[in-house]
Amino acid sequence: MYPIILLSVLGVVTLFLGFSKSKNVLLPAVLFFLVLAIASNFVEWNKGPLLYFYDMLRVDNLTLAFNGIVLLSAFMIVAISGGFQENPDSEPAEYFGLMLFSLVGALMMIGFEHMIMLFIGVEILSVAMYILTGSNKRNLRSNEAALKYFLMGAFATGFMLFGMTLIYGATGSFKLSHIHGFASNIQADAQPYILYAGLLLLLIGMLFKVSAAPFHFWTPDVYEGAPTIFTTFMSTIVKTAGFAALFRLLNTSFSEIYGFWWIIIATIAVLTLLVGNIGATSQNSFKRMLAYSGISHAGYMLIALTALTKPSQNAIVFYSLAYSLSTICAFGVLMLVSREKTLEGQPNERYEAFNGLAKQNPMLAFVLAVSMLSLAGIPLTAGFWGKFFIFTSAADRGIIWITVIAVLMSAVGIYYYFRVIISSYLKEGDLIKIRVAPFYQVILLLATFLTILFGLAPGVFEGLL
Amino acid sequence: MLTLLLILLPIAAGVLTLLSGERLAKQVALVSGLAVLGVSIATWLQFDPAAGTQFSFKYAWLASRGISFAAGIDGISLVLVLLTTFLTPLIILSAFNHDYRKPASFYSLILFMEAALIGVFTATDAFLFYLFFEAALIPVYFLAAIWGGENRLKVTFKFFIYTIFGSLLMLVGLVYLYYQTPGTHTSEITAFYALQLAKPVQGFIFWAFFIAFAIKMPLFPFHTWQPDTYTESPTPATMLLSGIMLKMGVYGLIRFLLPIVPGGMETWGTMAMVLSVIGIIYGSIIAIQQSDMKRLIAYSSFAHVGLMAAGVFSYSINGLQGALIQMLAHGINVIGLFFIIDIIYSRTKTRYLDQLGGITQSTPHLSVYFMILLLGSVALPLTNGFVGEFLLLSSVFQYDGWLGAIAGLTIILGSVYMLRMFQKSMFGPRSKWVEGFQDLTMSERAVLLPLVIMVFWIGIYPNTFLKLTEPAVSQLLQMVNN
Repeated sequence: MYPIILLSVLGVVTLFLGFSKSKNVLLPAVLFFLVLAIASNFVEWNKGPLLYFYDMLRVDNLTLAFNGIVLLSAFMIVAISGGFQENPDSEPAEYFGLMLFSLVGALMMIGFEHMIMLFIGVEILSVAMYILTGSNKRNLRSNEAALKYFLMGAFATGFMLFGMTLIYGATGSFKLSHIHGFASNIQADAQPYILYAGLLLLLIGMLFKVSAAPFHFWTPDVYEGAPTIFTTFMSTIVKTAGFAALFRLLNTSFSEIYGFWWIIIATIAVLTLLVGNIGATSQNSFKRMLAYSGISHAGYMLIALTALTKPSQNAIVFYSLAYSLSTICAFGVLMLVSREKTLEGQPNERYEAFNGLAKQNPMLAFVLAVSMLSLAGIPLTAGFWGKFFIFTSAADRGIIWITVIAVLMSAVGIYYYFRVIISSYLKEGDLIKIRVAPFYQVILLLATFLTILFGLAPGVFEGLL
Repeated sequence: MLTLLLILLPIAAGVLTLLSGERLAKQVALVSGLAVLGVSIATWLQFDPAAGTQFSFKYAWLASRGISFAAGIDGISLVLVLLTTFLTPLIILSAFNHDYRKPASFYSLILFMEAALIGVFTATDAFLFYLFFEAALIPVYFLAAIWGGENRLKVTFKFFIYTIFGSLLMLVGLVYLYYQTPGTHTSEITAFYALQLAKPVQGFIFWAFFIAFAIKMPLFPFHTWQPDTYTESPTPATMLLSGIMLKMGVYGLIRFLLPIVPGGMETWGTMAMVLSVIGIIYGSIIAIQQSDMKRLIAYSSFAHVGLMAAGVFSYSINGLQGALIQMLAHGINVIGLFFIIDIIYSRTKTRYLDQLGGITQSTPHLSVYFMILLLGSVALPLTNGFVGEFLLLSSVFQYDGWLGAIAGLTIILGSVYMLRMFQKSMFGPRSKWVEGFQDLTMSERAVLLPLVIMVFWIGIYPNTFLKLTEPAVSQLLQMVNN
């Protein structure tokens, strides 16, 4: 709860700071308050469940865990943004302000107890992201991405709202606990079609937001067109918040009608795995590959949703953390490398930009390699345990066939992630020594360290939730 | 704690080698490898074959899920750990005459590989086994991909994807078995042994494990990655792959497939046996046609592993004992042969039999070592190959007379391609490629001599090692037959 207040105020203050001539103060101020937000987030650890704003927001350990992930991700992303000093065209105050507002939206999505709060959270997060996507004003690709994102996002929000309306009509409430009460009182032979229809529409809207297939088609273009720093934000914080919301929604309110929706989520999970993994194999752009593989990671997390067990909860939290750490490293290295190598005046984001990275920049190559190994789910990285927990949660529910498909898709994933490692370590390139700001370096190494730490000691979190 | 020491020591040594700088890396790696061998021998000396699994440790890893960091050593584990720790310093030493670039990375990867292999052979938690099984792939992949031949990128990539695919299928099987364990679940391998699985389930589990292990060995028809990978890899990586990593697959059959899915073995065992025998003949016939010596030995290795697998699938004490002693023998012989080929290549710049000839005139000592290791490979009596081959063939023959007879062709076929290789490279008129061939260096002799000693030790007194494994094998078969 405290982070929402803190960051809302900070966002407003940041916008006003934009009027001052001194932009150097912005980065440390935002970072400081993010640390404060992380610290204040855990003040309420083990004190839950607590309800705020007329029972519209809920704080429990699960809320705080997801909050922690998105706040940590935000801290790292803001840190590697370098205060947007590189580009004279940039408006750091506005960027930071919008990022902070988006972050508040994410926190609201994570902690919602009332569907109106979910709606508000999604909109706050999304509107800010639409603007940030198009923030590279002179880049047509960025403009196009923003328009596409806005149109698709608004469309998805419409679905969500319509779904919520039908659910309200069926149950008489927007509150999760009341909806659960209604669902648990459904007679054995009754078929609450309005409730089913409402849930279906709501799910479609949410699945749009986390780029699950067949609602994924906006993702590659938006990820590729947006400035990379904001692509990083989209693929980590937005996705984590989306899955936290989905889990809370299904687990709290709709577990009673599991028989209706699990096969829908399972089918979408499989489709998402196929689209994401197979799509990623044919890309020549590293950034676009990460967009497609981001789709596939949504598929893996949907498997945990399909299972909807206590281990699923842990699986989604752990997976989100592992995925976020690796993604920040991957995009972080991409930002450094791509601006050193340009292609037709634009940053080169293709695989060959990494050729020979290990020779001149062994630290960056190592960071990139570890993030690729983790995203591929190789043992000794956090990503392996993330996948392991997903697979075991599905097996726990007895859905073995989806585990087999997920495992086969993991093998496909290894193919395209290893292309990056091969480029970095095994191919010759003309890359020069890249200057990396010390703080940037610290952030990348911290994320890499955590990736390996959680790969060696996955038990650190167990029993916490 | 000896087991934990055996796993951690190579890791520490690898880190130390990495940090020691390019000049000292090879010496640090060699001393470290010998230190690990010392611990291994100490373990052997304290080992009581009749006492089951020993030197165990167990730490909670994911306690709420019953997953432990746990390992121990029984007779089956011990011989493979001894093999691994014996061969690793020899592999390191075999690289001494080469100037591999970035030697600190090169030698540390060999040591990390050793740690993962020891982990595989000692893990008593199924998921820890899986972790080491997959972790073993990474260092050897980079060894082959960074320091390999011209086609190394494409070849090693295929190898990596193929092997990971098999591992992932096994992971599904392990996850399934894990959830079958009663109460709060556990992933102790012995808990999997106690499961009573329905027949169709056993079939599914059989395939999940069989494919993973068949790719690793490799077994026909899952072998297509192997000849190119062995040929394109730098020789130390080839040695790791053929001498030790291959054994992970056979070990997996013995540790998992036999005890966990006897019903699946009953259903599919004949098919697996037929595939194994096909591999023996197919590998041998292809080997006869090879001109590249390295590729020839790769196919020979493929044929030998087929025989080991056939022995395991025969479900008999002779088959299992034969497979275990043959893993020792094969590891020693194949590493020696690859090393000799590497010596020849480093002096002549060719491995093609058509271009070689008359080497024995320049270096008779090499000729003697070559002949001894070669005779071991063709299973001459009093050499290490004979004992395992005899046990294996007798077990296959008892399983099915026709399959046994067909498998027995391996002795004839093996003699054909091995003696042909020797004759064309060592005898005959000296070719121009061979002019100026220098005799063996001290470090080269230091590799070959221990190998030759082991050829005769196992050949003359095999009971040194057979007695280590017999109680564990008997116990395993007894458990399976109940």
